[in-house]
Amino acid sequence: MADYKFHLLVCGGTGCHASNSDVLAENLKAELAEHKLSEEVQVVSTGCFGFCEKGPIVKVVPDNTFYTQVAPDDARDIVEEHVIKGRKVERLLYVDPNKKEQIGDSKHMDFYKKQLRIALRNCGFINPENIDEAIARDSYAAMAKVLSEMTPKDVIQVIKESGLRGRGGGGFPTGLKWEIAANNEADQKYVVCNADEGDPGAFMDRSILEGDPHTVLEAMAICGYSMGADKGVIYIRAEYPLAIHRLKVALKQAREYGLLGTNIMDTGFNHDIELRYGAGAFVCGEETALIRSMEGKRGEPTSKPPFPAQEGFNKKPTNVNNVETFANIPPIILKGSDWFSSIGSEKSKGTKVFALAGKINNVGLIEVPMGTTLREVIYEIGGGIKDGKKFKAVQTGGPSGGCLTEKHLDTPIDFDNLLAVGSMMGSGGMIVMDEDDCMVSVAKFFLEFTVEESCGKCAPCRIGNKRLHELLVKITEGKATKKDIRNMRNLCHVIKDTSLCGLGQTSPNPVLSTLENFYDEYMEHVENHNCPAGQCKALMRYYVLPDKCIGCGACARACPVGAISGERKKEHVIDQHLCIKCGACLEKCKFDSIIVK
Amino acid sequence: MTKIKTLADLKKMRSSLKGEIELRQQSENPDSVVQVKVGMGTCGIVSGAKETITFFSEALRKRDIPAVVTQTGCMGYCHSEPTVEVTLQGKEPILFGNVDPAKADEIIEKYIKKGQLVDGVIPITFKTIED
Repeated sequence: MADYKFHLLVCGGTGCHASNSDVLAENLKAELAEHKLSEEVQVVSTGCFGFCEKGPIVKVVPDNTFYTQVAPDDARDIVEEHVIKGRKVERLLYVDPNKKEQIGDSKHMDFYKKQLRIALRNCGFINPENIDEAIARDSYAAMAKVLSEMTPKDVIQVIKESGLRGRGGGGFPTGLKWEIAANNEADQKYVVCNADEGDPGAFMDRSILEGDPHTVLEAMAICGYSMGADKGVIYIRAEYPLAIHRLKVALKQAREYGLLGTNIMDTGFNHDIELRYGAGAFVCGEETALIRSMEGKRGEPTSKPPFPAQEGFNKKPTNVNNVETFANIPPIILKGSDWFSSIGSEKSKGTKVFALAGKINNVGLIEVPMGTTLREVIYEIGGGIKDGKKFKAVQTGGPSGGCLTEKHLDTPIDFDNLLAVGSMMGSGGMIVMDEDDCMVSVAKFFLEFTVEESCGKCAPCRIGNKRLHELLVKITEGKATKKDIRNMRNLCHVIKDTSLCGLGQTSPNPVLSTLENFYDEYMEHVENHNCPAGQCKALMRYYVLPDKCIGCGACARACPVGAISGERKKEHVIDQHLCIKCGACLEKCKFDSIIVK
Repeated sequence: MTKIKTLADLKKMRSSLKGEIELRQQSENPDSVVQVKVGMGTCGIVSGAKETITFFSEALRKRDIPAVVTQTGCMGYCHSEPTVEVTLQGKEPILFGNVDPAKADEIIEKYIKKGQLVDGVIPITFKTIED
């Protein structure tokens, strides 16, 4: 075994990969070879570090130096300066956005201080394409323990006692789900991993599959053992090519080692896993639609009962769990249910992975104990709002969740608290908005998404969401009345109460929560035809300030529709009927005499 | 490829593979293991710091002492290069001068293993802004 003194961990997640981290890793290897250091320094492509805002990331071990935004050409400096001379490459170090100071190593970054990584424990730590590194980090040890020391009932008992709840959105107790599937007798049963992650801006499942695929395979085998299923299927969207590639590599390696397949570890237990690709329809994240899609049918949900645990894939008992849920299983088996249930809040145990996005300084992937407050996540881990602007709202739970405001910042995040304040955990997307965001437009954006993704099977969702979207458009155009707002609220409740599946039952949430928390903003649109955030194009007005205008005519020449008129050296006027609000005049004016209201 | 047939197989395999990522694992919690910093400025390198750091990382591994060996810049004691700073868990860092492999061996055997000081300690004569 080579005696490496340094490990250069290069992020190989999708985000950093897109910024040429693979070229960077090759360059690092080439530089090291040139300096005859290949025997002493190891370059490892890992999964996502979570700090996607500043990717590509290179972490130097053992001194934990954390380099951000590393370009392929920086390889020479890292090798010549850091590795050979022992001097940190200062220009690549992370600068704290609030304190404006350089931070040399990951241990001192606020981003990592508050995090507790269980599901993401191996992401950014091991090479996901090397099963040996995974085994060195205890992969398959939980499966070995289960097969050699525990009965299926024991396993279910441990998971039940741990208090683990489904991380895909619903929050259903995982142990109970397994028990129901185990109790249904059949000649064939299935374990299904739901990797159809569809929320806009969410990428936790992808990162786990890319950074630590073996943990998911292992957990599926454990689940299979507990419920008596010898077949597993991972339903993953074809839009995740890197995750699919790493899964395929992991499956091949696990089979070669005999950790998947027939007669695993000489215990007579068989389990093998195959991949099924989804075409990226949001509704296929709903388990009954997912199962239909796996069977090659249209991805439409069916009514429950029968539940998948009774009649699922190929009409056999099927247990569907989300990727993140599975990633929690091996540590629970190894460390015990008491350890797991000691983390988190009263009714939500363990940790949750969130994808931070929007107007926040540290965009990325984080994992925190349940019960952490929104304030801690946004201001301490997330580093606060970009450009020093004011926080306005945070949207949790993706298109099915709601918008929470300043008054909710100290709410501890868990399944029940978020539901109580009108949002939901969902799969863990978290989009932060600042004072420049119009809440009506935000609601409209999410509705656009649901209208697009509705499968069309049931009328409330197919027609209701479409009408709801039309009402929102009307508001943003300043054409709505108070009656429209009342109708909109009623329509929301009807859609929620009568839709067939989770998609329709939750799609009005963004509208209802913004109506609740930002009613004044809606009324400002309706009564005064004004968008306070200045986002709704139809409500914007461009004006010339008479005292500042010198009559140069630059704006008139720039206007594509000839809406600006005026004599030379005299003040100009914008014709509001002709103006298309393109903003060309504003850009051209050198005297700041054009304003938007 | 050999198949893993029992729990014992897996455990055996795991311990033989542990070394591959040991460095990463220990650097997660550097305060809980022995930390050795070797001054690798120009002065240190010409005085043989390279041999010293290689010796430290190999010897500590062979003797099963969990440690993190890192390099650092010149510490200012160019008269006594190579210089090595050793921090034992819960103790103040100690700086040793003129550390060649023989001296390094003595440091490991006496100071790191038994906590006995050896000749060649450089008294720290400066403060840093962190003090």
